[in-house]
Amino acid sequence: MPLFSHPVPEAVVAYRAGVAIPAAQFLADVERLAAALPPGGHVINVCADRYRFLVGFAASVRAGKVSLLPPTHTPEVVRHLAAFAPDVFCLTDAHDCDIDLPRMRYPDSAAGPESSSHPWRVPEIAADSVVAYVFTSGSTGAPVPHRKTWGRLVRCVLDGAERLGLERAHAVLATVPPQHMYGFESSVLLPLLSGGRLCAEHPFYPADICALLESIPRPRALVTTPIHLRALLASQTQIPRADLIVSATAPLTQELAREAEARFQAQLREIYGSTETGQLATRRTAGELDWRLWPHVRLALEDGRAWVRGGHLEQPTALCDEVEPTDAEHFRLQGRLADLVNIAGKRSSLAYLTHQINSIEGVLDAAFFFPGESTADDLGITRVAAAVVAPTLDAARILEELRLRIDPVFLPRPLLKLERLPRNSTGKLPREALQALLTGPHRRRA
Amino acid sequence: MSMSELASTVHPIEPEARLVLELAELIVGALNLELPASQIDPDARLYGEGLGLDSIDILEIALVVSKQYGVQLRADDAENAQTFRSLRHLAEYIAAHRTK
Repeated sequence: MPLFSHPVPEAVVAYRAGVAIPAAQFLADVERLAAALPPGGHVINVCADRYRFLVGFAASVRAGKVSLLPPTHTPEVVRHLAAFAPDVFCLTDAHDCDIDLPRMRYPDSAAGPESSSHPWRVPEIAADSVVAYVFTSGSTGAPVPHRKTWGRLVRCVLDGAERLGLERAHAVLATVPPQHMYGFESSVLLPLLSGGRLCAEHPFYPADICALLESIPRPRALVTTPIHLRALLASQTQIPRADLIVSATAPLTQELAREAEARFQAQLREIYGSTETGQLATRRTAGELDWRLWPHVRLALEDGRAWVRGGHLEQPTALCDEVEPTDAEHFRLQGRLADLVNIAGKRSSLAYLTHQINSIEGVLDAAFFFPGESTADDLGITRVAAAVVAPTLDAARILEELRLRIDPVFLPRPLLKLERLPRNSTGKLPREALQALLTGPHRRRA
Repeated sequence: MSMSELASTVHPIEPEARLVLELAELIVGALNLELPASQIDPDARLYGEGLGLDSIDILEIALVVSKQYGVQLRADDAENAQTFRSLRHLAEYIAAHRTK
């Protein structure tokens, strides 16, 4: 299967700072980097520039190396990855990367003219090559790997392109990083495999997102999240016209979807997927409640869990959400399973977070919990709270230790220091008792 | 003598210090922080250690700041790299660029 779908050397693969990068240059960059990579068989590609990430990924595939995509790069997770793949190295474009692994700096200069005089031939990659392991955080210590072969990734993205109605190749601007499953699929693989063009930048502020979107040629797509959409629509920025808006990581309200469609003058499509399964379904949220599955993917309820199989899926996989099939190719999302935490597209579980806080020396007892939906902020985000018994540690020290173990979005707000947790007579911690702490007399400032 | 005149004669507050406190209050309100605005050290780091904010918080602050002061924060602005170093840097940036 071809490494990319751009048919001629002049076809544009990416834009960076407004400059178009043609396929011939891209291929030369890939071949040069592939030849320069260290011998290790596994790569953690943390390049922040999306074009460099793409070149790093493609060069790794070309050189037969497997990319590791963890949910976060805390020292604890990096330690686990090094145990999973002892030959792993880190490919970075940052001057101050502090990941504790052998590091390779992305070569700054572009490949010279001698390398782009290579004959134009798109590399073929075997469909069964394992090209990536994408990790979920798991329920205790070690992150859980999910194997991705080239053939299954390609099939998922192309089936998705059909469902998204991408008859023409789009230029893609994304507000999500390329290293997480959604950004990897929608902002890197989708343009690569559908003859599209990616935007190297990763804008953050609404004004930057709008200026960049305006600067790339149409048809253009914005790959984003409900958080960024809320911020964009609430900001006083002039919203440019788009041709497609894609949102994932958390469900959007119909109201927000309609407003986004009106302001961008574009169709908004939500994508449903997970790290384990890849993207699975989409809906045009402004007018549709139910999600339509990718062609050939089937969904069935078994023992109270929803399972998906077929299409790009290597094996039947259980979903982490409660869903209700409505017909052969549609389903309705009911909610997430009780223990699952999803903040800004980063996924964890209360069990995992609780395990991590209890692993801190000096913590006698601790638990993470949901403070309740009413605590959502302006961007619609509800954080997690934690209660801890640790007489010898102060809150700052506990947070510092947590920062080494978990992604900062999961740091507890608030962190309550208690003399004992409100365990009932069977030792369980009722959710109501934990939530009562947030309003009760035990309340202390963290 | 009105309350505001009293305040300015008895406790003269520099405009910058007033903006710092006003911003601290906005931030505490927007982020439901667990501390009084007056306790935020104007020179403490906002990101990571220090106040412990993350990128979602920064996006929220950007939103509040655009509503309140008409300032659109931009990352490609060289000045702006320093903006979120501390509350004082943010206040200086806003003072220089505010439209309301």
